Amino acid sequence: MKFLRKKLDELHTHVKPGGKYEKFYAIYEMADTFLYTPDLVTRGQTHVRDGLDLKRMMIMVVVALGPCILMAMYNTGYQTNVAIQALVESGEISQATAGGWRGAIMDPIGYSPGNFVSCFLLGALYFLPIFIVTQIAGGACEVVFASIRKHEINEGFLVTGMLYPLTLPPTIPLWQVAIGIIFGVVVGKEIFGGTGKNFLNPALTARAFLYFAYPAQMSGDKVWVATPVDGYSAATSLGALADPEQHAGMAVITEQLGISWSQAFFGFIPGSMGETSTLACLLGAIILVATGIGSWRIMVSVLVGALGSAWLFNLGVTAETPNMFLMPPHWHLVVGGLAFGLVFMATDPVSATMTEKGKWIYGLVIGVTTTLVRVINPGYPEGIMLAILFGNVVAPLIDYCVIQLNIRRRRVRCGL
Amino acid sequence: MTLEEIGSMFFKSVFSENLALAFFLGMCTFLAVSKTVKNAFMLGIAVIVVQGVTVPVNNVIYRNFLREGALSWTGISYLNNVDLSFLGLISFIGTIAAMVQILELFLDRYLPALYNTLGIFLPLITVNCAILGGSLFMQERDYTLAESVTYGFSSGVGWALAICCLAGVREKLRYSDIPEGLRGLGITFITVGLMAMAFMAFGGIDI
Repeated sequence: MKFLRKKLDELHTHVKPGGKYEKFYAIYEMADTFLYTPDLVTRGQTHVRDGLDLKRMMIMVVVALGPCILMAMYNTGYQTNVAIQALVESGEISQATAGGWRGAIMDPIGYSPGNFVSCFLLGALYFLPIFIVTQIAGGACEVVFASIRKHEINEGFLVTGMLYPLTLPPTIPLWQVAIGIIFGVVVGKEIFGGTGKNFLNPALTARAFLYFAYPAQMSGDKVWVATPVDGYSAATSLGALADPEQHAGMAVITEQLGISWSQAFFGFIPGSMGETSTLACLLGAIILVATGIGSWRIMVSVLVGALGSAWLFNLGVTAETPNMFLMPPHWHLVVGGLAFGLVFMATDPVSATMTEKGKWIYGLVIGVTTTLVRVINPGYPEGIMLAILFGNVVAPLIDYCVIQLNIRRRRVRCGL
Repeated sequence: MTLEEIGSMFFKSVFSENLALAFFLGMCTFLAVSKTVKNAFMLGIAVIVVQGVTVPVNNVIYRNFLREGALSWTGISYLNNVDLSFLGLISFIGTIAAMVQILELFLDRYLPALYNTLGIFLPLITVNCAILGGSLFMQERDYTLAESVTYGFSSGVGWALAICCLAGVREKLRYSDIPEGLRGLGITFITVGLMAMAFMAFGGIDI
């Protein structure tokens, strides 16, 4: 490693201000601080209790995302293998193969849904291209902005670039992945000055942009399972239940789709790649809360808001209410992206509220909005994405009110 | 109107059909007076009051003078089929300007404290197209008097909420490092666009 250090130090003479390649300092800095501890480290304790810096914080989020990423790969492959099996049985394809370059790799291993290695590897072959495109397209924007605007390339993008692929369906075209993340990074973050200066979560901005720009590839029944045939139909639980032609209540999920609660909890259901497993999100939540990075206040209040309002909707059930009213709170938690959103997206420290009291209100707003959109908005079966964006929009106002009330209370206490 | 209908209309005009973020009405004041939450809040209150007064007043004028057959109450058979709805736009503007003036005189005389805090915002509202938009929607959707009272009030609340949110975000963005060329109005336009995207969560809700 000495050699690498020497090379980097050699480079430093060229890229430091006044050097020949001054423009590329941001890239040099990124490589340097990624490989070695930066020269300028936080001294003393900026956060009163702990010298936590952005780098450690973001790396911890990436660690917390680990279970979700593994589960995303496994479940994507598992769903594809199940679908391939069904297609072979129905005679739509003559032999089991994923087709294309994936088929070339996977054919020797086989496509048994029971085979762990096969599922995991096949899932990885679907997840990794999306992940790599995200990193390259988003990373390029980050580097360009950092070079021109002279700020550091920091680890914020690492997290955005991990969250974003996890929120996408496995069948999404790669060019759309690139366009989405470019919008998210540039409009969602960089034009405000980079990490920490934006007001919306960049990963969600990217996803919402795709959702409205290319609804055919981001919603419906045909995008959630990647198969060799186009448009293999596999509805998500929420999508099936929100279908206005269905009237069977929760039986739509438990019987027609054959999904049990525990299946949904462990994550063996169709959906966006990273969101299906509530268990993996729970593990992530434990890591985030234990290290003090994610706010438990936000997580708890989103949960209370979402499940509480779901329970209220349950009370309002009559013979004519649509199916969605019937979904009990414990089902709301395990289907769709609620768990993923509340653990990883709502707790984003940049776009959430800053005050502790504000976090409770912020969480409740997100939770209630999520259920509201799920249950009564016919336009969207899932509401967590837009609910969090809405929460981000009102967050500064909530902070303002909390601070003003505090000022007023203290003024009264002092008799001013 | 039942309580349920009132609630439904309130929710719709505040969230799903927000005048500022779904229809982009009243943009000039929306962008200009959203630098601080305090000012935005004052303007918001003024809009709620003016909207709550002018929409019902315009409703009365429209129903009794302008729309087809409205003049039949005069008893003059010649007027039974007269349709003056083409005068809607101009008479609504006139009403709004007059109502704002009257409100101003009233506040100056009886509530000088409120008058002083609202200051310039009150006359500014005369030219706010969210107000005119509210009256035109009332005409287009053929609201009854009760509906127009509810609509006027709640669409005002929606606009006030939107401008307060924008002001909150802009106060936060004061610490951002925005590229030179985008500072000021440019970034505000982009911010409003992103906010509108978030408000689409409620688009299409019909309860």
